[in-house]
Amino acid sequence: MKDQGRTLLQKDGTKTVLASLLSIAIGLLVGSVLVLVVGLFSGNLGLSSAWEGIRLIMFGILSTGRNAAGGLSWGFNPQSIGNMLFRATPLILTGLSVSVAFKTGLFNIGAPGQYLMGTMATLTIALGIPASALPGPLIWLLAFLGGMAAGALWGCIPGLVKALLNINEVLACIMTNWIAASLVTWFFDATKVFQNTVENTKSSYVYKTAYGRTLVDGTWTYVDGSGVQTAKLGLDKLFPGSQVNGGILVAILIAIGVYILMTKTTLGYQLKACGSNRHAARYAGVNDKRNIVLSMAIAGALSGAGAALYYLAGNTEFYWQTYQSLPATGFNGIPVALLAANHPIGVIFTGCFMSMLNIVGLQLTSLTAYNEYITDVIISVIVYLSAFSLLIKMLLSARRKDEPAAMPDSPAEDESAQSAPAEKGGEQA
Amino acid sequence: MTFLIQQTLLYAVPLMIVALAGVFAERSGIINLALEGIMIFGAFVGVLFVNLMQGAALFHDAYAAKNWLVLQGLELLAMLAAAVMGAVFSLLLSFASVNLKADQTIGGTALNLMAPALVLFLIRIIANQNTLGMADGSDAASWFMIKKSTFGIDRKTDLGFLGETFINKVYLATYVCILLFIVLSVLLYKTRFGLRLRSCGENPQAADSLGINVYKMRYAGTTISGALAGMGGFVYALTTANCASTGDVAGFGFLALAVMIFGNWKPLNIAGAALLFGLFKCVAASYASIDINGDGIFMLQEIGVSSHVYRMLPYVITLVVLAFTSQKSRAPKAEGIPYDKGQR
Repeated sequence: MKDQGRTLLQKDGTKTVLASLLSIAIGLLVGSVLVLVVGLFSGNLGLSSAWEGIRLIMFGILSTGRNAAGGLSWGFNPQSIGNMLFRATPLILTGLSVSVAFKTGLFNIGAPGQYLMGTMATLTIALGIPASALPGPLIWLLAFLGGMAAGALWGCIPGLVKALLNINEVLACIMTNWIAASLVTWFFDATKVFQNTVENTKSSYVYKTAYGRTLVDGTWTYVDGSGVQTAKLGLDKLFPGSQVNGGILVAILIAIGVYILMTKTTLGYQLKACGSNRHAARYAGVNDKRNIVLSMAIAGALSGAGAALYYLAGNTEFYWQTYQSLPATGFNGIPVALLAANHPIGVIFTGCFMSMLNIVGLQLTSLTAYNEYITDVIISVIVYLSAFSLLIKMLLSARRKDEPAAMPDSPAEDESAQSAPAEKGGEQA
Repeated sequence: MTFLIQQTLLYAVPLMIVALAGVFAERSGIINLALEGIMIFGAFVGVLFVNLMQGAALFHDAYAAKNWLVLQGLELLAMLAAAVMGAVFSLLLSFASVNLKADQTIGGTALNLMAPALVLFLIRIIANQNTLGMADGSDAASWFMIKKSTFGIDRKTDLGFLGETFINKVYLATYVCILLFIVLSVLLYKTRFGLRLRSCGENPQAADSLGINVYKMRYAGTTISGALAGMGGFVYALTTANCASTGDVAGFGFLALAVMIFGNWKPLNIAGAALLFGLFKCVAASYASIDINGDGIFMLQEIGVSSHVYRMLPYVITLVVLAFTSQKSRAPKAEGIPYDKGQR
């Protein structure tokens, strides 16, 4: 039995999970320390509110607000959980987007741009087709597919310049991100029809998709409730008061689809081969250029799908003045993918974790003097740590190939991996 | 025309200095994607410094007495503070990429995520809103802008084209940055230190074999880069955002990255690229009010091109330039590759 336990501990997957859990723990710790320090040094916060902040950071998802005595109360909060699942939907998909590109050896920092283009296409289709012309579910499907297609096309650009001209995909992605940011603003600014003028308390918002394009007295207007929205599938009964809908199930299905694609199909194998060693893959007869473009297209489609599912919910608004900032959902796909070590099924859980942090941030803002940005600090610490956890993993697997087949089971392996940098340091003298 | 040149300079100078920041890091072999994040952090530190110092009696009195020498001193001190803290912040990147041999792209991305989060978290605590500005709501121009009255010249005197453009309604920070840009370009290209630094970005193994400490050089490159980016962030906030920090520099760090690539990693080309992109920024921000010939005809507005096109152009141009020059690009050869002594 003891032997089995040891092999389980030494398994690659276990190590990955442990590394991710460690990153999360350190991230939460850094966040707590920051809250504590700020609480101690700030005149109006103090130790007791810092303690409340720390407890909320750790268990905020189970917070039910404050009780009559003014203390924090805890328990199952269906609204928080439902909103967590709702917010996890686009995060899972952008996470999948980043991870698919990672598997092919590409860093898809272009997810925000692909997400924006997906948003634009989805909203245009959902709001552009008259509600009377087609049945609602068909419009929904078209808008969803349109979002995916737009994301895929936008993802193709960095893929193409990488494959054909060998331009660093990170730089190309950064450029396409900002081009998309201006393009989307330009589009909604110029077309005007999609700008929400019914609920015009806030400026620069596009209609929610719950508004349908309807002919009233000979003019096209938007009427609330005649548009499309993702089916709730009974989830709203399960988590009353939250925004959750069937989108989360679609996201999980897509994640399973990506898992099957990457592990069970020839295409997935080729993509991974290109990621491990592009030149070796070409030598083995894999069309590396086609695969790089394809990988970025799939990544873009996934980001676009995330945008489509988020904005087709019917109750989410899109702020179209995007030219100065990129959507955080796109960037947060990076930590989601890194934490999951690019495993499509793992992405489901890390996506939920990230959105949980999101909810925790909102709880912090509403219940204490702290604010939601602390959770972004935690996320950034996790990304920072994963910058070298990925490397440690790579070192581990690289060593494994060098060693004889029997060696990986020996307990000395960890030590040898650790002493490797020391050996290199020794050569210096 | 005066307005066009002044506005272009306001945008171009932070771009130029931050692009040079990128050059220092990349020439030493570290990809500094974190320029945007360091700018955000530097802007926050500088603004916070100004905000706190405004409470001090010395600067309060100087403002009341219009003692512009002291006020310019405050501006320089704030720039220094932003530079120092920018350098400290960039140590996170150098530590990860030099000591831990981490993925520099992910490390840079982490800093880009961390800076706005940390800054907004602190601003919310300090100011109870999402913006940290000058104390008691005064505007940056009244404190720091150099005007005719600063030198005791009557407001109605005409200083001629050059005088109106380069002396009236300008910031000292602009000229300090230009001077620094020249000095540091010389440092990078004409001194022993510069040559050593560049060699670490081209062929670190060869540099090491000649007794250059690659790790130290890479630390130096990234730290200078962090200082410049932090300072550039504050200069951006001071001159174009009324000395306010909002946890956002509107993608300027990434635009600086584009300037660096468009300028092919060379200072002179970067200065040109920064002016071009600064012009686009300026046109996008205020094309309806630019009167180029001074004859009351708003030419750019009459062309009728959307301002979003001008916003988009720098990135499109950079992408196209990248595509066409990828074969003979002068990107440092060893950038992004962690230096490993044992590797050949």
